[in-house]
Amino acid sequence: MKRIYVNEEYCIACRLCEVHCLVQHSQSKKIIKAYKEEAPQLMPRLVFEEEGPLSFAMPCRHCADAPCLDACITGAMHRDEETEAVLCDEDRCVGCWMCVMACPFGAIQRNLKGTKAASKCDLCYGEEIPACVAHCPNEALVFEEREQ
Amino acid sequence: MRYVIIGNSAAAVSAIEAIRQHDAENPITVISDETHHVYSRPLVCHLLGELVDEDRMHYRPLDFYEQHQVEPMLGVRATAIDTQAKTVLLAGGGSVPYDRLLLAVGGKPFVPPVEGIDLDGVFTFTKWEDAQKIDRYIKDNDVQSALIVGGGLIGMKAVKALMARGLQLTVVELADRILSTSFDHTASKLAESILRRAGAEVITGTTVKEIVGKEGRIDHAVLQDGEKVNCDLVIFGIGVRPNLDLILPEPERQTGIRVNRGIVVDEHMRTSVEDVYAAGDCVETYDMILEVERPIAIWPHATRQGHVAGCNMAGVEKTYAGGFPMNSEDIAGVPTIAVGLTDPQEHEDEYEIIEKYDRAALTYKRLVLRRDRLVGAICVGDIDRAGIYTGLIRDQVDVTPFKEHLLSGSFGLISLPKEYRKHIVVGEGIIV
Repeated sequence: MKRIYVNEEYCIACRLCEVHCLVQHSQSKKIIKAYKEEAPQLMPRLVFEEEGPLSFAMPCRHCADAPCLDACITGAMHRDEETEAVLCDEDRCVGCWMCVMACPFGAIQRNLKGTKAASKCDLCYGEEIPACVAHCPNEALVFEEREQ
Repeated sequence: MRYVIIGNSAAAVSAIEAIRQHDAENPITVISDETHHVYSRPLVCHLLGELVDEDRMHYRPLDFYEQHQVEPMLGVRATAIDTQAKTVLLAGGGSVPYDRLLLAVGGKPFVPPVEGIDLDGVFTFTKWEDAQKIDRYIKDNDVQSALIVGGGLIGMKAVKALMARGLQLTVVELADRILSTSFDHTASKLAESILRRAGAEVITGTTVKEIVGKEGRIDHAVLQDGEKVNCDLVIFGIGVRPNLDLILPEPERQTGIRVNRGIVVDEHMRTSVEDVYAAGDCVETYDMILEVERPIAIWPHATRQGHVAGCNMAGVEKTYAGGFPMNSEDIAGVPTIAVGLTDPQEHEDEYEIIEKYDRAALTYKRLVLRRDRLVGAICVGDIDRAGIYTGLIRDQVDVTPFKEHLLSGSFGLISLPKEYRKHIVVGEGIIV
């Protein structure tokens, strides 16, 4: 499957990945509206890390053998049959945070202001290229099929 | 060839899914003494607390059995296994032949001998049926207060449910602190203060001696030290033990299946008897940190073990490397995570402890290191990115280069050595 890969050397910490992730997952899909009206219930579905000159975005790895799937007690966390992406059905999630405990990348976050559910990358379901990758100006994020 | 699975929870479900990944043909029979379609045991407390409805109990679609061509025998109790004839005997007569059998029979709540235990209004709390019975009892008897016996994880689940129902709660724990198997002293005491702030009473260092009824209902309970606790309802949540009912007592049973504290299995989840596998809360497996075989009754392990058992039953080799305890528990609205060995009791000089405690913010983090490797972690209040600790424990990474960052607010993958970060980020087959 195609996954998002991170080239931390190319990341310039512009954080456009976060911005466009949030917009893509908003109702309006419009940047001003999303930030003025829909945030703070919304949050970017990737984790951005920055320390000194080093920075990168960390979206879910969509592991072939995903620990979050083992840990989920509600069936909310599931693998999409078509795309093989690991998705969270936020309506089923009860916020037990077993997935937060299990994910070795720390790529699953708690959306405490909005859904109260686990928040994670869905590879922008239905889009050809995830928004974070499409808007990364420096190819620090790429969407590729790679030999594992 | 026929697969037979006794049990219908996490290990059984993931075994069914694994079998069907590799074998679309051969019949699978599921035998369960519960009448419910696949449901989530950990959600039983959410159900009792009216935090989820019945529909959300089903963590797989209602056509799960059809989709996976499973013949469910629900409400049917398996009473014995004849490993010579390869059949499972059923209550009320009848039997089911198997070619490959999976024991996914789970755990059994432990109830100590206490006077008055047979009174109406005394319950254990692990199954859907328990939640239904307790719910009915609360409604029929105008229950206002409850005593929860056991301050471990099941006790905390009962607290969550009954607090949501607005009952006045008392928790009594025999150890000198609640959550004594997953937390250290500081985290336990913090958890106790969180419960007290939320209105519950917490009594440690004693347990219930007698439950006293009056006019057909519970009047009060008496603790070992003589203290009287008024309550309308008592829930025993001391713990679960592997369910060995189909195997013990020997020699009457004569299954030949080896048991110790749980059913003994190899890394393929095979028992000592050919074509009999076991997975989930009924087994003992390798604890990667304590380096002993023991039961670790937690959901993620049951799921993983069921998957491994299912693959091997279908003829595709897969191994289970072992695990370590891990739990994520909400305590009166405060999230907590405890992973691995959090409070070493032996050879204490071999361990290094790093802690950060913010009393005002109600946050606490404690990391336990052994030979520069992380072996345990507790997070109370702030649990974000706790899974990174889980990964470091699992992979036994030397944390020396980034030890001082482990508890910093900005700790993340960015704190890890570049090679390790690249390795885990690029690696596909992550197993925890």
